[in-house]
Amino acid sequence: MRSVGWREFVITRLIRAAGYSSILFVGMIFIFLLREGAPAVVEIPFDTLFSERWYPIEDYFGILPLIGGSILVTIGAAVVAVPIGLATAIFIAEVAPRWLREILKPLIEVLAGIPSVVYGFIALVLLSGAIQDVFHTTYRLNALNGALILSLMILPTIISIAEDAIVAVPRDYKEASLALGATRWETIRRVTLPASRSGLTVAVMLGLGRAVGETMAVLMATGNSPVVTLNPLSSVETMTAVIAIEMGEVVYGSLHYHALFAVGLLLFVVTFGINLVVDRVVQRSGGARR
Amino acid sequence: MNKHATERIMFGLFRAVALTLVAIVLGLLLFIFARGASVLSLDFLTRPPEQGMLAGGISTPILGTLLIMFLTVVFAIPLGVGAAVFLSEYTDRVDPKIIRVVRLAINNLAGVPSIVYGLLGLGLFVLLMNLRFSVLSASLTLSFLTLPVIIAASEEALRNVPWAYREASLALGATKWETVRNVVLPSALPGIMTACILGLSRAAGETAPLLMTGAAYYLPRFSGNVYRQFMALSTHIFYMATQSPNPDLTRPIQYGTITILLVIVLSMNLVAVLVRSRYRRKMR
Repeated sequence: MRSVGWREFVITRLIRAAGYSSILFVGMIFIFLLREGAPAVVEIPFDTLFSERWYPIEDYFGILPLIGGSILVTIGAAVVAVPIGLATAIFIAEVAPRWLREILKPLIEVLAGIPSVVYGFIALVLLSGAIQDVFHTTYRLNALNGALILSLMILPTIISIAEDAIVAVPRDYKEASLALGATRWETIRRVTLPASRSGLTVAVMLGLGRAVGETMAVLMATGNSPVVTLNPLSSVETMTAVIAIEMGEVVYGSLHYHALFAVGLLLFVVTFGINLVVDRVVQRSGGARR
Repeated sequence: MNKHATERIMFGLFRAVALTLVAIVLGLLLFIFARGASVLSLDFLTRPPEQGMLAGGISTPILGTLLIMFLTVVFAIPLGVGAAVFLSEYTDRVDPKIIRVVRLAINNLAGVPSIVYGLLGLGLFVLLMNLRFSVLSASLTLSFLTLPVIIAASEEALRNVPWAYREASLALGATKWETVRNVVLPSALPGIMTACILGLSRAAGETAPLLMTGAAYYLPRFSGNVYRQFMALSTHIFYMATQSPNPDLTRPIQYGTITILLVIVLSMNLVAVLVRSRYRRKMR
């Protein structure tokens, strides 16, 4: 019996270690990015770091164009994807007949798995030409192209989570509203949507998180010129793209190398922040997160 | 305006948006599949790229992707299932606050951009641990990335095992671990297989971390050596579309490669979604 107790003890410890390992990994990623990114923050003068010029060959490491590029495509993607995503989620949850819902729901989940490089290819080869035909743009690859392909890419995430949130609203709420003579649309607008507000917020936040962190689709779509602009028809470069492009040709241990890690650290902090907000929203509403 | 007319207009709008979206995505997929199908042949699948990647097949990237998928899941499954067993079976004597931090950490791992995992892989595996640009560095990096997917799917599977099973086993005098090993894990096996499939699918589609941990633009043949560089389907698409000497000439190869990648990823996702929806319904 003693040997059984001993084995039980060791296995319990191992399983706990596996459970706690996620904390360790998040900490490890953070410390690692900090260690490799800190030299850049220390060595690059403050006014260079927050300048509009990213030109590593001459040691200009201004991160404003990269932050601007990321914000521009992310906001652009959200502006397109949020209304379309919510409309589609409402359709699947409340309007579509049962047979159609049984097809659409798994279809959306499967589509969520399309790799980002495929979206990037679509943006590069198909979408960019269409945009150029419509807007007669100077740059074939631009922020609009990136924002549109990103919106398509984050839609399955938004739809899936929003639909779950809408379906989770207790039936009694809807029945009470309908019994009072409200139409189905009035019920959705005044009862179901307000009741699922926190879930819808989570859907949008996670969609944004996905958009900020996406690399390949944006990299292949936006043309990658580090300029500060609000013009969606201009070429831009995002934080993710600059890492993917320049890490391949960087001298390890150089200032440029550390600067790219600092950009990675910033990305990590942003997505960490988004996840903290999501966690707050979920905790406050008392719901479980998927 | 009549409120029933408003409802008809709104519902009509939602229907139009949803069906247009689905039509666009399916249309794009069909377009890609049609282009890809025209180059698919046994030769395309079994021959390496030739003539400076302007001709030939994609056997090297296919084998590279399969090897990386396999290793990634082999690395991630023990830890992922272990963490899931912890969250579903071993939390009764742990402070709920700690459990919250664990869950927050897992959600965070799921939200960290893949390019940041690439940085970690480059700094930690390639440089610090001196594994160089290799299959091993790439697979270890992807195993971190797939961990949250595997934990979430495995935990759901474990939680779906009815409590009565555990109680019956404990009542017969089995210890906790014996119960988990002989009763809970076997009952959750279909769900854990689903977790594996989702992990494989995720590993197959990732691109950015591979660019930073060992994907080569071109290799003459698949070496099978985990300490060497590799070609993968996802990075092959990227390189061919952006850095090939003639991206227009090789467009058919690109469509063919995308088709193969999509078939691998989407078929596995489909299996996972179907298995999951079946046992979700059964448990209800």
